[in-house]
Amino acid sequence: MKARFRAHEGRKYMEYQSFLIKYAEIGIKGKNRYLFEDALVKQINHALKSVDGGFLVSKESGRIYAQASKPFDYDEAVEALKKVFGIAAICPMVQVEDKGYADLKEQVKEYIDQVYPDKRFTFKVAARRANKHYPIGSEQINRDLGEVILETFPETKVDVHNPDVLLRVEVRQKINIFSQTIAGPGGMPVGTNGKAMLLLSGGIDSPVAGYMIAKRGVRLEAVYFHAPPYTSDRAKQKVIDLAKLVSRYAGPVLLHIVNFTDIQLYIYDQCPHEELTIIMRRYMMRIAERIAEANHCHGLITGESIGQVASQTMQSLAATDDACSMPVFRPVIGFDKQEIVDVAERIGTFETSIQPFEDCCTIFVAKHPVTKPNLGIIRRSEENLAEKIDELVETAMGTVETIWCR
Amino acid sequence: MTQEQEIYFDNSATTRVLDSVKDIVIKTMTEDYGNPSARHRKGKEAEDYIKEAARIIAGTLKVQPKEILFTSGGTESNNMALIGTALANQRTGKHIVTTRIEHPSVYNPLIYLEEQGFEVTYLSVDGDGHISLEELKEALRPDTILVSVMYVNNEVGAAEPVEAISGVIRENSPRALFHVDAIQAYGKYQIRPKKQGIDLLSVSAHKIHGPKGVGFLYINEKVKIKPIIWGGGQQKNLRSGTENVPGVAGLGVAAREAYTDFEEKTAYLCGLKDYFTCRLGEIEGTIVNSKKGMDSAPQIASVSFQGIRSEVLLHALEDKGIYVSSGSACSSNHPAISGTLKSIGVKTEYLDATLRFSFSRFNTRQEIDACIDALKELLPVLRRYQRG
Repeated sequence: MKARFRAHEGRKYMEYQSFLIKYAEIGIKGKNRYLFEDALVKQINHALKSVDGGFLVSKESGRIYAQASKPFDYDEAVEALKKVFGIAAICPMVQVEDKGYADLKEQVKEYIDQVYPDKRFTFKVAARRANKHYPIGSEQINRDLGEVILETFPETKVDVHNPDVLLRVEVRQKINIFSQTIAGPGGMPVGTNGKAMLLLSGGIDSPVAGYMIAKRGVRLEAVYFHAPPYTSDRAKQKVIDLAKLVSRYAGPVLLHIVNFTDIQLYIYDQCPHEELTIIMRRYMMRIAERIAEANHCHGLITGESIGQVASQTMQSLAATDDACSMPVFRPVIGFDKQEIVDVAERIGTFETSIQPFEDCCTIFVAKHPVTKPNLGIIRRSEENLAEKIDELVETAMGTVETIWCR
Repeated sequence: MTQEQEIYFDNSATTRVLDSVKDIVIKTMTEDYGNPSARHRKGKEAEDYIKEAARIIAGTLKVQPKEILFTSGGTESNNMALIGTALANQRTGKHIVTTRIEHPSVYNPLIYLEEQGFEVTYLSVDGDGHISLEELKEALRPDTILVSVMYVNNEVGAAEPVEAISGVIRENSPRALFHVDAIQAYGKYQIRPKKQGIDLLSVSAHKIHGPKGVGFLYINEKVKIKPIIWGGGQQKNLRSGTENVPGVAGLGVAAREAYTDFEEKTAYLCGLKDYFTCRLGEIEGTIVNSKKGMDSAPQIASVSFQGIRSEVLLHALEDKGIYVSSGSACSSNHPAISGTLKSIGVKTEYLDATLRFSFSRFNTRQEIDACIDALKELLPVLRRYQRG
């Protein structure tokens, strides 16, 4: 069966039936390599499930093939594959039946004609004869096909060292013709590097942080601190939407929603107002850590970036870090705001992040919050909470709402 | 977060559809679903619903059915009234007069017209939300083609002296048309366009227990107006597009219900509002921005709460199953438009501390008591925890 859909370069119609998927880092993972490959196959399968093409994903000597069994939307398939971590490059392939050498030449002519409307390019043919029964050797195929292209399209030139177009012809049971390479997202397949708990606030930074850690193969869960009535249902919905957007890359994300209001008000009552934010964040870390432990996560992820706000100075970060023992990963720690925004725009979370709903970090913020908290003083302030805080934390833990975001 | 009750005090945002409206909507969707333009019997059946709705509505206003144009709602009615008459009358003049407390569906079309070369004068309002007839008189010019004033303000419920305004227009600028945005007023006031000198009147169905997505514009038969939507020539080519038969039929029923036992219903609503504002007196630090009785709309009570952020109180009430809306502090970047609350002189510290409670005839005094109880419980707590 053939699919007739547009090549991503547009203009003319090209029929692609399958994709050759290349991966980079997995290739060097030694004895565990099959684990990574299997994880990648699984993720590709998952990503292509929504693209109705009946894709069969298989691995074969260091590469992965995704073969459609029925017509599919090319752009949709490429978009889906571009979100699978672990993919270095995607090559859309045309697959033709082996109907003799003369027919192959015709097919290659048609391929070049359709994919490259502008023929002013240099090229090289690189044939590979995987089917050793094929009567013609790969060197001969290279020469013959090169000649055909030069004759048919006189504007083209051969350049064997640095061609504009590297035309690959793989002779197997069928013959694969491909020349285009679409960059994948890189990284490692999700699920190959354990699991971590993302503190998701609804801002711009935390979804980016989650994306970056997931890119290294880490599965995500997320925790959101909700403070009704100070934060609204729409603020909560925004976080759910963000988790869903991140899940397009990271796979399904289990979102834990903690009702934080009473803890926040208690801190407000018992501690100096300018320390409210930092103490509040320390309790967020403690609660996040407990949820993370209960769900077998190996670390916490935050979207903090040095100096962005009062609670993200080096001293504040140290004070926050002190509250939990689990490693805290801050992948955007050295990013400028604009750099974070750039990633957010690229991964499609920015527009949702900037919806104007207040999150609980800002509702009671002091006019002059401490920017250089002294850990000793903070700990002493927290002693004021001794009477009720454990009970409040237990209540919060006991009323966590969980939502699968996918 | 468990809710035993649902108290809906946001009837100026939208209302629950009446069962009688629901029935006719379903019937025209599933049984009499013809296209009113179709030549066959099913087409005529559908057309009859449109005619009947126009007849009912015309009856409530004492105007002719042919003067009723069905639209997709209040926003389209306002757009049509302003843009349609501005375009049709621009040879007479390009000056339009309005107030500083109009709804965005009036001032945004006016901003568009300003970009098209029209000139707009914005009238200020006093502490009650009323424009000054003197200022209006001064604003009117020989080239004034249109005056647009809302009947009832949607944020505080102030009712403009419509008849007096039309009197001033007739006297000073007889050629100018008078458009009234009656979206919050229809069903709450007896409106007589012919007697009150109103040339165009905008109404929305979903504020009077009708469906969303439908409304009408009364257009006096003498008014020169151009369509803003072109197409297949429906509604005498003034508003193309297959008529929204279920919506229009539902609007007709809602209009009939609104003006059945009208005095009783209005008195009931007014009683609720007065009872509510009276009981608010028991709570310290509350300021009622709406006037008592029929000096302002019977269904709207705007209240400012000292030391409260309206959005937080809104969500706290929501938690108790009580639904209200927050008064917008300022919804425009246009220099001439400062928002209703600011215009009527609400102090800056209260702009972000104001809620609108709007009632329907389905609300009760018991609900108001429950709301007052909730406020008494919530306000001290919310006032204790503040920013800064």
